[in-house]
Amino acid sequence: MRHLLSTKDLTRDEAIQILDIAEDMADVQNREVRKLPTLRGKTVVNLFFEDSTRTRISFEAAAKRLSADVINFSAKGSSVSKGESLKDTAQTLAAMGADGVVIRHSASGAPQVLAQSDWIDARIVNAGDGTHEHPTQALLDAFTMRRRLFPGASRGRDLDGVSVVIVGDILHSRVARSNLWLLRTLGATVTFVAPATLVPLGTASWPVDVSYDLDATLALTQPDVVMMLRIQSERMNAAYFPTAREYARQWGLDDERLGRLRPDSIVMHPGPMNRGLEISAGAADSAQSTVLEQVANGVSIRMAVLYLLLSGEREAQA
Amino acid sequence: MSDTSIRPGGTRSLLKGAMLPDGTVTDILIENGRIVSTAPGAGTGASGTVVIDAAGLVALPGLVDLHTHLREPGFEQSETVLTGTRAAAAGGFTSVFAMANTLPVSDTAGVVEQVQALGARAGYATVRPIGAVTVGLAGERLSEIGAMAQSRAAVRVFSDDGKCVHDSLLMRRALEYVKTFDGVIAQHAQDPRLTENAQMNEGALSSELGLKGWPAVAEESIIARDVLLAEHVGARLHVCHLSTAGSVDVIRWAKARGIAVTAEATPHHLLLTEDLVRSYDARFKVNPPLRRDEDVQALREGLADGTIDIVATDHAPHPRESKESEWDAASFGMVGLESALPVVQTALVDSGLLGWDDVARVLSNTPARIGRLPGHSHSFEDGSPANLTLVDPAARSTFTLDRLHGKSTNTPYEGMTLSGSVRWTFHHGFATLRDGELADPSEAATFASGELAAGPSGQGIAG
Repeated sequence: MRHLLSTKDLTRDEAIQILDIAEDMADVQNREVRKLPTLRGKTVVNLFFEDSTRTRISFEAAAKRLSADVINFSAKGSSVSKGESLKDTAQTLAAMGADGVVIRHSASGAPQVLAQSDWIDARIVNAGDGTHEHPTQALLDAFTMRRRLFPGASRGRDLDGVSVVIVGDILHSRVARSNLWLLRTLGATVTFVAPATLVPLGTASWPVDVSYDLDATLALTQPDVVMMLRIQSERMNAAYFPTAREYARQWGLDDERLGRLRPDSIVMHPGPMNRGLEISAGAADSAQSTVLEQVANGVSIRMAVLYLLLSGEREAQA
Repeated sequence: MSDTSIRPGGTRSLLKGAMLPDGTVTDILIENGRIVSTAPGAGTGASGTVVIDAAGLVALPGLVDLHTHLREPGFEQSETVLTGTRAAAAGGFTSVFAMANTLPVSDTAGVVEQVQALGARAGYATVRPIGAVTVGLAGERLSEIGAMAQSRAAVRVFSDDGKCVHDSLLMRRALEYVKTFDGVIAQHAQDPRLTENAQMNEGALSSELGLKGWPAVAEESIIARDVLLAEHVGARLHVCHLSTAGSVDVIRWAKARGIAVTAEATPHHLLLTEDLVRSYDARFKVNPPLRRDEDVQALREGLADGTIDIVATDHAPHPRESKESEWDAASFGMVGLESALPVVQTALVDSGLLGWDDVARVLSNTPARIGRLPGHSHSFEDGSPANLTLVDPAARSTFTLDRLHGKSTNTPYEGMTLSGSVRWTFHHGFATLRDGELADPSEAATFASGELAAGPSGQGIAG
């Protein structure tokens, strides 16, 4: 693997390899010294054209725990806000000797454009591009599911037979897309639940069931996993649905719906949450919620990805 | 017609053994800017005759592009009238209609006369300016259509191309008003609200790639409205760059109803599909976007059965930096003059959908008629203006950037194998392209100045 651009082109073996390395990385988190010397002397640039403090500090923590040097490049207040092109930014980073570039960009495909270009030779990690993909989020979600559903026996496993319901703004969600491709590769079944305005066109040809009715779907599938997606306030202004109250009533995970889930079902959310809109405080703070585990697991997954892409031994194998 | 014997370039040329669009193999004798004979053996032995071996080559009337962006004035870093008409000559074109989205916009007599004059001075092709429908392409009030129609540029085609004349009442008025001047509105059919920030064809692939969709209905609904408006006010309508199967259906329905509508398709919409967008390579970013294979097939059938009248390039040069970027930031558009005929041969002639006579119709006769360009295209009758091109249909090669002669290189075809190669182009009897080599600019300009001195020869003056 040279870059991590999407989950769509990950094979089952590659995905399980990343998840298993993340298990090792998680073990390191429990040691007294939580730092590995693996990437000493390597430079990782966090190239964030879009604000995302949570994702950036997760990557930063991951790189630092592997002893890499980390440079944070945020578009705001930089040359980018003065009109510098992606090409010039990339060539600048190349000239500074970046070994890995973690890129977050509002334009779908920007990481792929960077990887295909001859502007920079570094390994590219997609940290979220437009409404396309967010592969490390999907990997950390799968990692979280595997650990919760198969405690103590998660290594080497896929998610065969696991049923996952993803609820909310599928249309604009790179998390939903990356999760779908990865979960299918790992053998899980996926249902999207959303108002029709927030379902992307053409999902009939995707390997997913689509439903508009959350209650019926929960009753029918008795899912192992319910994943709630963030609803952004600007969607309301664009008339994707009439009001926040109507949305919460129809598609929010409230306490009553939480009570109807199987006791061993887990509730996930990629954060940041809108409490009271797509998820109630009761659901967010319940024992079934994995929200904080997802954050912790994010560091392990990102360590695994950086390790795979940047460590010398792996390079020799590839 | 005036005596043309004193014009530079007014020599005799004999094209030996060319195949006319109807399949006849014969010799073509050109003298003083006219085709004087297409009888076998005509002109043989006369002294001072330039003999060109045209055996195996197809002769077509000079191609006419109803949809070219020459970018001058205002965007000379992308293209100029000179460089754009050189690209045209290299592609077999002898006339191009220059779109109005220049800076300043071609919405006054002054600008269209300037564009026309630049073309006449360069000498590579007849440049026919298109006038903007609305002031500044803003879609708010009609531009001075009458002044442009009655200017020296004698504009007959009006378009806000790049933008849709979206306001229904304004479109109605535009259709009505241009009737006064025997003009036509060439509509860029795109509902602006349905395509805000749109990046590619809307469907399963745009959803997967996370690129904002440009739905087919945004084109089809405008065309449906416009054909009904044209019927209601009894006006002529031309629809630019059809891209969807549904649009072909709407045009077919409108023609069956007797509505005076004509339609064009671009070479790229006849060959390429949205799957190319998977690369996020901005060379494939164009407006309207590349569509599904079903749409490509429907456009080909529409062209073959006459529903679609013409092929027009929508030649849209852009500087390198506007394509070397992330997809969302890149400009829409592709250059197309040099590749048009090879694409048409590859997509339509090789597959048997069109014969060479059809190619002459869709790339020369009909666009000249729609654009009211008299005395330019022809069917090789004796006395026709010597606007013609010779194509080697047996050539088949990988398309490379060195085949481009404009200022910009944003072609989607680099590396693709295409049939056909344009070898010679004659504009008013002057060889602008000579066995694949463009005439020298100073020679073309000298010829053009002789033409200008000799007075109008149908160029630019509608009658």
